Amino acid sequence: INHIVHNGGLYKRPFNEAFEETPMLVAVLTYVGYGVLTLFGYLRDFMRQWKIEKCQNATEREEQKDFVPLYQDFENFYNRNLYMRIRDSWNRPICSVPGAKVDMMERVSHDYNWTFTYTGRVIKDIINMGSYNYLGFAQKAGTCQEAAAKVLSQYGAGVCSTRQEMGNLDKHEELEKLVARFLGVESAMAYGMGFATNSMNIPALVGKGCLILSDELNHASLVLGARLSGATIRIFKHNNMQSLEKLLKDAIVHGQPRTRRPWKKILILVEGIYSMEGSIVRLPEVIALKKKYKSYLYLDEAHSIGALGPSGRGVVEYFGLNPEDVDVMMGTFTKSFGAAGGYIGGKKELIDYLRTYSHSAVYATSLSPPVVEQIITSMKCIMGEDGTTVGKARVQQLAENTRYFRRRLKEMGFIIYGNEDSPVVPLMLYMPAKIGAFGREMLKRNIGVVVVGFPATPIIESRARFCLSAAHTKEMLDTALKEINEVGDLLQLKYSRHRLVPLLDRPFDETTYEETED
Amino acid sequence: MDIKSMKNYLYWLYCQFELITCSYLMEPWEKLLFYTFNITMLVMVFYTAYIFVPVHISTAFQFFLHLLGNQHENTVSVLK
Repeated sequence: INHIVHNGGLYKRPFNEAFEETPMLVAVLTYVGYGVLTLFGYLRDFMRQWKIEKCQNATEREEQKDFVPLYQDFENFYNRNLYMRIRDSWNRPICSVPGAKVDMMERVSHDYNWTFTYTGRVIKDIINMGSYNYLGFAQKAGTCQEAAAKVLSQYGAGVCSTRQEMGNLDKHEELEKLVARFLGVESAMAYGMGFATNSMNIPALVGKGCLILSDELNHASLVLGARLSGATIRIFKHNNMQSLEKLLKDAIVHGQPRTRRPWKKILILVEGIYSMEGSIVRLPEVIALKKKYKSYLYLDEAHSIGALGPSGRGVVEYFGLNPEDVDVMMGTFTKSFGAAGGYIGGKKELIDYLRTYSHSAVYATSLSPPVVEQIITSMKCIMGEDGTTVGKARVQQLAENTRYFRRRLKEMGFIIYGNEDSPVVPLMLYMPAKIGAFGREMLKRNIGVVVVGFPATPIIESRARFCLSAAHTKEMLDTALKEINEVGDLLQLKYSRHRLVPLLDRPFDETTYEETED
Repeated sequence: MDIKSMKNYLYWLYCQFELITCSYLMEPWEKLLFYTFNITMLVMVFYTAYIFVPVHISTAFQFFLHLLGNQHENTVSVLK
């Protein structure tokens, strides 16, 4: 557990992040479980090969059996033997707006998750702990919905063109000015899809002869953008500033690999909140390093915009830093604003360059007008410009919910990863059978959770990820916590060996460490 | 009342075993195969223990007795 202070007073508030180590017995038993499943996987593959069992997954055609095999690697083995057994916890069909409560279609499988049939029943009012609905703007009634409906009748649903041809509406210009004002930067540009914002704009910013330093656990869109750009990529350990500094020093001292020329540009790719770990980037230290070694910073605030900071302006405001220090501020409108799309903010020259050279501006359709109106209305609500204090109340409600939920889960004895202030709460499950069991048991108790397993996380560190929302009331959180406690006792998930003494009502800061018992 | 809570506890232990060895996820015939294999192995281990452990313990006991017994006779002859 990290305290502040040993880095020259860069932090103005305590930075409490913890990743408790996996208990040895749990790790061994997890490997035992995976070993048993692997053996049974080999048995089932053998039976499928020799036609003892009907083969229900994709295989090559008869004529292609002599070609290079397509489905022999570990990912496909994992998919047909392990993922299929617990597949009913994912891709669940919902049939209402995914707000704080959601309705879901019930489905059953008669052949062990290879096919599903709907029973016809709708499970109503499931507490939704899986949607990225941080500020609760996923609503079907309210000011955002009315404004979006009006714009829909005025502008229609589709734009049918790219930004550079005929798709640049006045709504887009209004949105971009608003986003620039919200973030505190000179100028901003909005794109139709969050993933495309990263993957199409990083190639426009860096190219061959540049260096990208990217965090270990960066999102697939950042990795794809970095690979498409053709620059050299080096990875530093997750949130580890010593590793980043070492890479920067080596880059400046040794230059490019064979020719020893200096790098044209060094770009550091980090995210505001990492959605699988719940950790927050050490932004003050990254900015200090960036200034010392004269490199550029690309900050992906997909999960942290709207969710952190006293007025919801993201991780830069959370740490009390200057937005002009971050060269490229990227974010998405999908999570906190209840819409779709992404934006990039920065200096005017940068954004003007991107308007001409970004792949997304030239080839991708621009944002749809009702979506733009939803973003404008929700952003004005957060900033307080619509005349009410609803936005501020939501930001504060989210912060309270986060602190309360995390504290209660830690007191119960679960292993929770990540920073104290992040609304993404990963609860460690470790064993493969518990992944399926947790998802099913929580659904039986009317709570919808997202469980995550192998390809998204390391193989033994599977987890259940709760996303808190400002729309969750305290009663909903209490119900959810009661059920999580019950399921935790039933499945034996309380692995934590640091038992916290239950606090009364003090916020969790560095003076409460004396109360931790080992 | 005690029997009921004992039965519940044993059922809960069985559930934990199922979760840890992932037999919770297996189809019924896979479970049958897995449990048959495990129970056969356990029965073989216990049978081997039943046959060989008394023999091993008594041999070891005699070995140590012989070691200490020789010393005892030596000291006795010296005292005499």
